[in-house]
Amino acid sequence: MGLKKILDNMKPAFSEGGKLSAFGSLFDAAETFFFVPNETAKVRGAQIHDAIDSKRSIFFVVIALIPALLFGMYNIGLQHNIAIGACTEDICGCFLYGLAAMLPKIVVSYAVGLGIEVAIAQYKKEEVHEGFFVTGILIPMIVPVNCPLWILAVATAFAVIFAKEVFGGTGMNIFNPALVTRAFLFFAYPAMMSGDKVWVNENYIDCINGTVDGYSAATPLGQLGAGEPVTYSAMDTIIGTIPGSIGETSVIAIAIGAIILIWAGIASWKIIVSTFVGGALMAYVLPYSGAENFEWWEQLTVGGFAFGAVFMATDPVTAARTECGKYIYGFLIGAMAIIIRVLNPGFPEGMMLAILLMNVFAPLIDYCFVQSNINKRAKRAAK
Amino acid sequence: MANVIKLRKGLNINLKGKAAAQVSAVQPSKVYGLVPDGFYGMKPKVVVKEGDEVKAGDALFVNKLHPEMKFVSPVAGKVTLVERGDRRKVLSVQVEAAANQEYVDFGKKDANSLTGDQVKTALLESGLFAFFIQRPYAVVANPDDTPKGIYISAFSDMPLAADFESVVLKGQEANFQTGITALSKIAKVSLGVKPGSKLENTKDAVVTIFDGKCPAGNVGVQINHVAPINKGEVAWTIGAEEVIFIGRLFNEGKVNLTRTIAVAGSEIKNPEYKTVIVGAKVADIVANNVATDKKVRLIDGNPLTGMKTCADAFLLAHSTEITAIPEGDEADELFGWISPRLNEYSVSRSYFTWLQPSSKEYVLDARVKGGHRHMIFSGEYDSVFPMDIYPEQLVKAIIAGDIDRMEALGIYEVAPEDFAVAEFVDSSKVELQRIVREGLDMLRKENE
Repeated sequence: MGLKKILDNMKPAFSEGGKLSAFGSLFDAAETFFFVPNETAKVRGAQIHDAIDSKRSIFFVVIALIPALLFGMYNIGLQHNIAIGACTEDICGCFLYGLAAMLPKIVVSYAVGLGIEVAIAQYKKEEVHEGFFVTGILIPMIVPVNCPLWILAVATAFAVIFAKEVFGGTGMNIFNPALVTRAFLFFAYPAMMSGDKVWVNENYIDCINGTVDGYSAATPLGQLGAGEPVTYSAMDTIIGTIPGSIGETSVIAIAIGAIILIWAGIASWKIIVSTFVGGALMAYVLPYSGAENFEWWEQLTVGGFAFGAVFMATDPVTAARTECGKYIYGFLIGAMAIIIRVLNPGFPEGMMLAILLMNVFAPLIDYCFVQSNINKRAKRAAK
Repeated sequence: MANVIKLRKGLNINLKGKAAAQVSAVQPSKVYGLVPDGFYGMKPKVVVKEGDEVKAGDALFVNKLHPEMKFVSPVAGKVTLVERGDRRKVLSVQVEAAANQEYVDFGKKDANSLTGDQVKTALLESGLFAFFIQRPYAVVANPDDTPKGIYISAFSDMPLAADFESVVLKGQEANFQTGITALSKIAKVSLGVKPGSKLENTKDAVVTIFDGKCPAGNVGVQINHVAPINKGEVAWTIGAEEVIFIGRLFNEGKVNLTRTIAVAGSEIKNPEYKTVIVGAKVADIVANNVATDKKVRLIDGNPLTGMKTCADAFLLAHSTEITAIPEGDEADELFGWISPRLNEYSVSRSYFTWLQPSSKEYVLDARVKGGHRHMIFSGEYDSVFPMDIYPEQLVKAIIAGDIDRMEALGIYEVAPEDFAVAEFVDSSKVELQRIVREGLDMLRKENE
């Protein structure tokens, strides 16, 4: 095959001692992107293997994110057109506008993140791991559309280096790197991440469509946090035609992603279901005071709750790893997110903090279940 | 009525080339070789010289740590070669088979009237003791130990494994029963069988039925459900086929290491059972029976727990099958991470295995099919590990070299083979069996 031959011819230059050996990891990454590795099993151990590998699993997460991403692009255009008073019926126009606003963010996120990953892989003389393909698409989806590219670049670099690589790379991190990016932005540049000014694109592509400087569009959670009446219907929040971070608004698009992930067995349904159960229970117990036209269950449809439950809480590396632990982990994320939303005046949205908090506690949850197994064994031996 | 234990977790892998239920003889090998590596965990001391004449049942080497434990020649003939590798490691002791096979006479005995010590001595003398594997550590058993029980699994549900009950046992029922009776003098014998087994009425053994998917046939899984091993306890295990050797010893008074093995796999032209003697040349066993149109990997054992072998190698002592699968290292599959790959087998629904009928047989090659990663996805091992143990945490403790934690998490109960299915399904392609082996060796060294 032609491509294989080209790669085989190039290989010596990229191998140890070759002229381009400094780019060896990049070459490896490209080679395994095109071809399934031909490495065969060792003399001892399983001689056959399941066809699934981490690359395929991780690309399925990216596939599951596509509905939310496409809707997010459409919604960028829609919110912009609402702001400038333009036609909101033009789905194609809205989408193209959103695509133009979104693409630079995706490019920056991937370029910065993968650049750092490749450099570190080369330094450690390892293969580039594919984990960042998910993180790199998640990052642009969980920030407001108005977030400047340079801030995105700084935050991505921070998260990849300090949330992932210092711990040993994919599979070893404690915190979800995409959420660390968001947390970094949230605390370092609060004005860029919340309030009512950031949800409609003001950046350069506005030159075409006229500026919307100073336009304010609050999210439902912003309104609830400020004690104002919610101006969006439940249907709006489910379809997703509301202001919010790019990927988080449409419950329907997220549900499609959830079905893909659960069906493929990549995300744990236990975590997703228990997150919603925990959130629903807490939302029922702790209603917003004075929010009359806002039912308790709408808590689950607004903000980043659904997006976080499906795509963030289920990150297998940072979640609880014992099967029973997953129920508790999810339940506490859901409950904690609502508690932060309702009781903490400083943060209208609690999902990010709830997941990061439970990332810390996941090993403790696992510890309890593993320890009970250990105790059972010790008790048996003592008999 | 035997106790039934249902196991929920596991995975049956349906591979192409299962052995048909017919037995044929193979051309006797010119040279037979006894390979010390086939008996894990002992140090061989060769007790014959090149040129010596031996009978079937004469010791070729003994265990340096327990010289009373002999490893005997499967055939009569002349010792032609003591093959040594790096640092003079004994690779094999080879015997050229004589035209006339003579056996050492150990004397017929009535197993019922013997004591445990007499049985043990007879087994040590005849070299059959070497077939015991002990838990903990999954190594050759120590004759000084008093085991809490002897555990035998009368079936293997590994892919392409030989069917013990309906083929291998045929005509050997009496020897099998004698073997069980003899073993019951040493310690309580527990026999694990599959549902519907005729062995349910085996005498002198506690029979338990294990109803579940692979690896329910693993003796380690069975022990975990019947009488889990605690620290300080020792259990012995022995292959059901090897119980027949023991029966023959008492019924016929000689060591006859003839066994029926499956020769199977997608690259075997006529997959069927063959009657062979332990130590036979692999080339003679698979003669003219291996596909020649592509690169083939020969495996001593089944594709999950076996070891890569070659035509020049000798059949290892515990092997119950020789399998052949495509090597696959020239496959060059494009875009594996996204293309449908309809012929691939996967437990993941990102492939279309779930759409295929469960009777579909797969041809799997020896590729690892992915890059090696840290453990990323959780719950993969757990879903195919039917023991009351946290496999992922145990493997992590081994990688970290944390001996206390390994003990606490139950390493005494496991053998590398128990992790075979988990290694198969692992998307991070961690070499679980190698890691568990290293963990067991580490612990054994520590506790000695």
